[in-house]
Amino acid sequence: MKYLYTFYAEERVMESGSEEQMSDALARWSAFDREATDAGVMIACEPLQPSGTATTIHRDANGVRTTTDGPFAESKEQLAGFCLLDCKSDEDALEWASKIPIQLNAWIELRAVLDLSQYGYESATLTPAAA
Amino acid sequence: MKYMLTLFGPEGGMEDASPEEMKAEMDGWAAFSQETVDKGAFVAGEGLQPSSTATTVRIPGDGGERSVTDGPFAESKEQLGGFYLLECKDLDEALEWAKRIPLRAGAIEVRPVMVFDTP
Amino acid sequence: MLGDFDLAEEAVQEAFVVALERWARDGIPDNPGAWITRVARNKAIDRLRRERTLDVKREVLEGLERLAPTSEEIEEKAEPDLSDDRLRLIFTCCHPALRPQARVALTLRTLGGLTTAEIASAFLASEATMAQRLVRAKGKIRDARIPYEVPSAEQLPERLTSVLATLYLIFNEGYFASSSDALIRTELADEAIRLTRVLVATLPDDAESRALLALMLLQHSRRRARLDEQGEMVLLGDQDRTLWDRAQIEEGLAGVEALAGVVGPYSIQARIAAEHARAAYAEDTDWRRIGLLYGQLTRIQPSPVIDLNRAIAVAMHEGPEAGLRLIDEIQGLNRYAPFHVSRADLLQRLGRDAEAVAAYRAGLELSTNPVQRAFLEKRIDELSG
Repeated sequence: MKYLYTFYAEERVMESGSEEQMSDALARWSAFDREATDAGVMIACEPLQPSGTATTIHRDANGVRTTTDGPFAESKEQLAGFCLLDCKSDEDALEWASKIPIQLNAWIELRAVLDLSQYGYESATLTPAAA
Repeated sequence: MKYMLTLFGPEGGMEDASPEEMKAEMDGWAAFSQETVDKGAFVAGEGLQPSSTATTVRIPGDGGERSVTDGPFAESKEQLGGFYLLECKDLDEALEWAKRIPLRAGAIEVRPVMVFDTP
Repeated sequence: MLGDFDLAEEAVQEAFVVALERWARDGIPDNPGAWITRVARNKAIDRLRRERTLDVKREVLEGLERLAPTSEEIEEKAEPDLSDDRLRLIFTCCHPALRPQARVALTLRTLGGLTTAEIASAFLASEATMAQRLVRAKGKIRDARIPYEVPSAEQLPERLTSVLATLYLIFNEGYFASSSDALIRTELADEAIRLTRVLVATLPDDAESRALLALMLLQHSRRRARLDEQGEMVLLGDQDRTLWDRAQIEEGLAGVEALAGVVGPYSIQARIAAEHARAAYAEDTDWRRIGLLYGQLTRIQPSPVIDLNRAIAVAMHEGPEAGLRLIDEIQGLNRYAPFHVSRADLLQRLGRDAEAVAAYRAGLELSTNPVQRAFLEKRIDELSG
């Protein structure tokens, strides 16, 4: 079963890290990447650029589209990155959450994806087994 | 470069849908996904279970113990409902895809992923 | 072909310098086009005076000093590579993924040649704020990969909307010039007109671009009549129409004629401006036609502000009672000064002085323009005295 992990953190804090902290973080994330890949659960894992690089397309009830500069939500904590893992169970997914090497003041939201195979719909996302 | 398209909207709305309406909805999503696959843009994409099924892990900044709570990170009317991770040439291409996503009402945020290698 | 926005910006500046050097050598061409703006020309003169390595002929310097933006056709053929770059720059600077104020600042900086300080002063912002705005906008272009290119045919209509909105924003900043900073504000309006000419020259088939140019020319033609000798605001109905710029009116009216049956927001607004321009005296204004045009406009672009303008036109044609009835139906304009001012004006005409004063006060509270504030205070005094 696939699970999406979304990471939220205060942007100012993330950008204020020293070079040493940055390379340290990179090393920890590489290690996590390797471990998840070896275990056959890794599908995707990416940090995102800051919210200033975001563009949002709004669609109202009448279908009218507006494009605006900026993220969907103007808040202190922004989406900083995400992981998509293929886990055996909810417990397994939670176990992997504890391995995610975030160190700063942050939140990880963990949610299972919709499985529509009962309706005959297969997701196009390649799982490690299929890849 | 990869772009993360996150889909936001009010949850539910399909409880009273007829089987035909459900099928039309699913077909729309399947067709969009297939199009991104055909054009070589698709990397990953999924719908998510409702926010009530979410679990949130809190990492305190001081290196203290992590805690786990039931529920989503933010209690808001419009929740993250799904996402697409697409490989696009530039922002215009990503925005074109975003405009074609069959989201009924809500918003789609388009953000580039971090790139570490220097050109 | 340049792929980097910063490089393109440098190239445009560089090409300008090259052109100047060529003119210094060979003399100014008969039709230098709209490349030279008053602002850019002054900078060029400064630079030529400082450049002792260039053998600058005195006649050239004097010729440059006499140059003024004209209404001649832009000689795009003279600089074909540049016109491509300029078009790419316009569309990149006005990209919808940038916020409107960022588009304005970037367009003025990159295509208008204004310094950050000049743009800051025009928008009553600090130079630091403006510099930050520009840095952030360029950062987004780079990091999110906003492409440096002219949009495809499918994307063009939507992208043009963003460009035209930006140019009109620049123009309107110049249009509402206060007496104290009239000079820089007129430069902005001139700049907006110049950039719109560039757009029209490179995309002659786009009707709404031509309509925007006509609209700007017709509105700008009234600039010398909008303020009296004391620097106070003069309403359209009270303006000395002999002060209106006839050359701009002629060009604007010709532009409107050429629109024929095109229906679009700028086309309709241009037709409305044309109605005012055609009336030799305020009493000759065809308010009935203007009311119909506003009605047409509100159908394609519903907005309470347009409804307000329609109500004003109806008041002029059918009397203040009819106009007031329409105004009172409009929702959502409580924070919009002109809404209260228009209501006040109609109430005053109906002799309902106490209500008129209350409405003028509401407008005064919301108005930030010093010239308009003086006007409103005067009206309040006249009615209360």
